Amino acid sequence: MSTRLRTSLLLAPATAWLLAMLVLPLVVVAVFSFGERAAAGGYSAAFTLENFANLGARWAAFKNTLMLAPAGTLMCLIIAYPLAYYLAVKVDPKWRTLLLILVIVPFWTSILIRSYAWIYLLGGQGIPKLISTLGFGNPRLINTPFAVLIGITYGYLPLMVFPIYVSLERLDKRLLEASADLGSPPWRSFLQVTLPLSTPGVATGCMLVFILLMGEFLIPAMLGGGKVFFVGNALVDLFLQSRNWPYGAAVAVALVVIMLVTVTAYMRFTRRWAGGRDDVSLM
Amino acid sequence: MRFYAIAVYLFLYIPIGVIAVFSFNAGRYAAQLQGFSTQWYGKALSNPFVMEALQTSATVAAMSATLATVAGTLAALALQGVTGKPRMIFDALLYVAVMVPGIVIGISTLIALVTLFDWLNPMIAALWPVAENAPKLQMGKGSLIAAHGMFTMALVVIIVRARVAGMDRSLMEASADLGATPFGTFRQVTLPQIFPAILAGFLLAFTFSFDDFIIAFFVAGSETTLPIYVFSSIRRGVTPEINAIGTMVLAASLLILIIAQSILQRDRRAKTG
Repeated sequence: MSTRLRTSLLLAPATAWLLAMLVLPLVVVAVFSFGERAAAGGYSAAFTLENFANLGARWAAFKNTLMLAPAGTLMCLIIAYPLAYYLAVKVDPKWRTLLLILVIVPFWTSILIRSYAWIYLLGGQGIPKLISTLGFGNPRLINTPFAVLIGITYGYLPLMVFPIYVSLERLDKRLLEASADLGSPPWRSFLQVTLPLSTPGVATGCMLVFILLMGEFLIPAMLGGGKVFFVGNALVDLFLQSRNWPYGAAVAVALVVIMLVTVTAYMRFTRRWAGGRDDVSLM
Repeated sequence: MRFYAIAVYLFLYIPIGVIAVFSFNAGRYAAQLQGFSTQWYGKALSNPFVMEALQTSATVAAMSATLATVAGTLAALALQGVTGKPRMIFDALLYVAVMVPGIVIGISTLIALVTLFDWLNPMIAALWPVAENAPKLQMGKGSLIAAHGMFTMALVVIIVRARVAGMDRSLMEASADLGATPFGTFRQVTLPQIFPAILAGFLLAFTFSFDDFIIAFFVAGSETTLPIYVFSSIRRGVTPEINAIGTMVLAASLLILIIAQSILQRDRRAKTG
């Protein structure tokens, strides 16, 4: 058997699967977004831009997503950077693997159950009770944007730590020694050497977290109490409740377009650094 | 610095711990601790709805992870010899599979399959000898396996491909020089080298499918997976039984994941020396 034929045969199942379950469905969504809602719900063939013209009707969902996704990304970054720095530079190497595994593992476990935990922690008997016992008033946390922000930060933190860790770990330690030899205090070496050299990791982490946050549905549904709607929640509503498929498809297309713009901007941005982007494995 | 790290680990693990603690709560009310008991584990495990959902989830996860691992490994091996445009297209598809949010995968799979089935079912009925007995395509375990498998296959390709790239090629050449058939070389030289990555890929694929709520929410049809059961129970109110289920699910996934990650990390270390 020729190598070429063997390669094609080996690739065939994977390619067919990707075409049938990824490309075809995405094409269907794109086509449906130009259609009309059938009387009984669902789709009826048409060519109209009305669905896109009406996107403003779900502006609140887009606004919440575009406010909370960057806020969540920033929170993850602020918390993750020092931890990644600690893991890459400070920690005893014999503990490093274990500590890294402990960061990654929560990301792969059920986000449903991990978010559910915050219903406890932020609910009436949890942190608010603690705060009021300490005499700082009686705050309400669950079902607020703040609760959603905590939930998304908690959910996506591991994803931010890893790329930053990788870029810090690869950093050439001799540069820091050179900086110290030339008389820089540690804080200055950090600002002028470590921080700039870790920007690719920071950019990768931010992009990953931001993109995934844009499509979030579960955390706002559980911790936002229906009041903090993301685009994802609007999609669930449109497809499963009001069964307005064409309009839902238009919302989905808009979401994917916003994400593509972000990725493209990211690619442009990172291409400026010599050596290009870090190929970061999340697995 | 160290205290900061400890604080972050506490942030990551306290919520998981809280669920575990409350799952052993003797009291009926979820929010107050009233002594130790394992009764909620008993209740959860004797609840037929929970067991059925568990069975559905386990079946779907095992099937989709197996298919994804086979298709993904074959593709990862084939990709060694693929360059230029086909390689670019395949890589782009993998990236799209991993980056498009689960919710978009879920809804697009739902509407594509429902539309396709609505179109195919009358045709099948017309061609079937007895129209009333004609099989009807519908959303269910099959669509779940296909949707989960597509995503997890992309993960398997990425994981196994990394290992294939780091493989010692001289061993394969030596094997061929010594007269081994291509299949013999694969079985005795290639496979042992990439096996850790395949195993880790399978375990990750299994956990992803088992824990996935968002894709399943759309494509499960009338089937109930464990995450779907948990989600609808939470909507009705927080109960200690859900804590028990959650603790079991988390414990099982943590165990599988720690094994998978240990394999991958060891592999990575061996590779970088």
